Amino acid sequence: MFCLLLRRSAVHNTCKLISKQIAKPAFYTPINALHTTTQLRHGEYEWQDPKSPDEIVNITYVDKDGKRTKVQGKVGDNVLYLAHRHGIEMEGACEASLACTTCHVYVQHDFLEKLNDADEKEDDLLDMAPFLKENSRLGCQITLEKSMEGMELELPKATRNFYVDGHKPKPH
Amino acid sequence: MGSNLLNIWRRGLHTSSSRWQVFQTTTPTKRICIVGAGPAGFYAAQQLLKKLDDCVVDVLEKLPVPFGLVRFGVAPDHPEVKNVINTFTKTAEHPRLRYFGNVSLGVDVTLQDLRDRYHAVLLTYGADQDRELELENERQGNVISARSFVAWYNGLPGAENLSPDLSGRDVTIVGQGNVAVDVARMLLSPLDTLKTTDTTEYALEALSRSQVERVHLVGRRGPLQAAFTIKELREMIKLPNVDIRWRSNDFSGIEEQLEKLQRPRKRLTELMLKSLKDQGKASVAGFKQFLPIFLRAPKAIAPSEMEFSVTELQQESAVATSATERLPSDLILRSIGYKSSCVDSGINFDARKGNVRNSEGRVLKDETSGKVDPGLYVAGWLGTGPTGVILTTMSGAFAVAKNICDDIASKALDTSSAKPGFEADDKQIITWDGWKRIDAFETEAGKAKGKPREKIVNIEEMLRIAGA
Repeated sequence: MFCLLLRRSAVHNTCKLISKQIAKPAFYTPINALHTTTQLRHGEYEWQDPKSPDEIVNITYVDKDGKRTKVQGKVGDNVLYLAHRHGIEMEGACEASLACTTCHVYVQHDFLEKLNDADEKEDDLLDMAPFLKENSRLGCQITLEKSMEGMELELPKATRNFYVDGHKPKPH
Repeated sequence: MGSNLLNIWRRGLHTSSSRWQVFQTTTPTKRICIVGAGPAGFYAAQQLLKKLDDCVVDVLEKLPVPFGLVRFGVAPDHPEVKNVINTFTKTAEHPRLRYFGNVSLGVDVTLQDLRDRYHAVLLTYGADQDRELELENERQGNVISARSFVAWYNGLPGAENLSPDLSGRDVTIVGQGNVAVDVARMLLSPLDTLKTTDTTEYALEALSRSQVERVHLVGRRGPLQAAFTIKELREMIKLPNVDIRWRSNDFSGIEEQLEKLQRPRKRLTELMLKSLKDQGKASVAGFKQFLPIFLRAPKAIAPSEMEFSVTELQQESAVATSATERLPSDLILRSIGYKSSCVDSGINFDARKGNVRNSEGRVLKDETSGKVDPGLYVAGWLGTGPTGVILTTMSGAFAVAKNICDDIASKALDTSSAKPGFEADDKQIITWDGWKRIDAFETEAGKAKGKPREKIVNIEEMLRIAGA
């Protein structure tokens, strides 16, 4: 069922993409995309396959249960929307408008310095994220570049101390 | 009424091939009922629909309109937070989800009835009460809860008649959480910035006549225990025409402790210290003031002032001393936390904590045994208590949804017999299509005023528009 849904949204996205491309032909070229703020995009770009091997950036998502998913992305992809394309459980409640922390990820240390520094707004939000670590970032603020080839992004373990009755969830 | 029943019936006929598969499987469809269409309910539904391909999820909502605190709690000048509505809408339009608005648990349907009609019932109706100061005179006219003030400017049905008295100069907000800061920002923001939000028209009108010039934000503990977060504080610092006035005494010895603080607390404290240093340096003095005040515990309420005990910190908790301070307070807003209410006698509710007794979202049978009541679950603030950001609610709701799936798989939850699900009686039910009509109407009404929407506040009117 979920696959059906995915496929449906893929068709939907493609339709939107085509209509947008007719309206703004130059908008979604990768070069431009690099300079586009993430707020303007809603994930259509990430559904395009790389046009040449030069664009390919392979990354790995590690979900909260430790499951690893290798994904072929491309230069200019937003890792939040790339995750959506590949069914990775990274939310994105505010749709990359820097108003929530639902796309919180840990970036593999070697790659941390390859990312642009978090701006003040991102840092302010990260301060609200449970289980904040030194390598915490918001996925919606990471745009793939060639130098990020091989990067691993780990999703935080979901729950701890959620229940007020003093119950400690037992490890599975 | 007839047309509504027809809508539900029609909705049933719009079956995709997958829905036929649901009917054709040999095991009965797993029916899960979620009570409350706020973030916890929608996130749980999203996860259940994803993980259980042979389940049908029914969402019951007390109000005709969905989204709970995203619609009625999130500040109108934080529209980007409301983008999550798009995700919730996708979930709601899933072919295996049915939305029943205007159905109130404990009034229109009992918990027992729902439990008979579903394999699992998940309670997510949130926290609609607020904690009280427990002071004499608390019920007098100049004391209102921040919760009801938020509900008032956000158009929660029933809150429109609050008529807060904004004719005085001084407002005192008791509590320093983000709700308290939201309320302060609404009182101090230039009207022009609020006019383009979905703040209700009557609230804009009342705020336009507001005489409020000074907002005190009072907390029992010190700057290192401040409950507001940095994003909200930064917004206050940036408010045009508003001066922040910190009390330098509150910050004695604070700078020395910076190094040992965790990052979020450290950054927040640094911002407070910076703002303290910049105090009074603005080239143009604002004509309004925001005054955060620490180490004061509520003591007494008088007609136009409030008395506080000066407190001292002992192991992070505030202990009242014999010294007191009076603050001019034409209006007092209580903002010391929310609590849930028990809407049905069948709920194992902890009145002291204001939440449903549970273990990892599995509702407990009674107060003492620690045994789980199979088939009954709780998520969101109703289970956890009213704290945390939307991520907290999301992760919690996902975890509870996973527990429901696990319980079905392990047969801790019996799903072998067929269940009928909710059936509308003669009450007017709002379907998702009904909500979409309300949504379209509100958006259209907002357009004329340059607002994202003009919320309908009257339930009768909602029902009328939805039934069209």
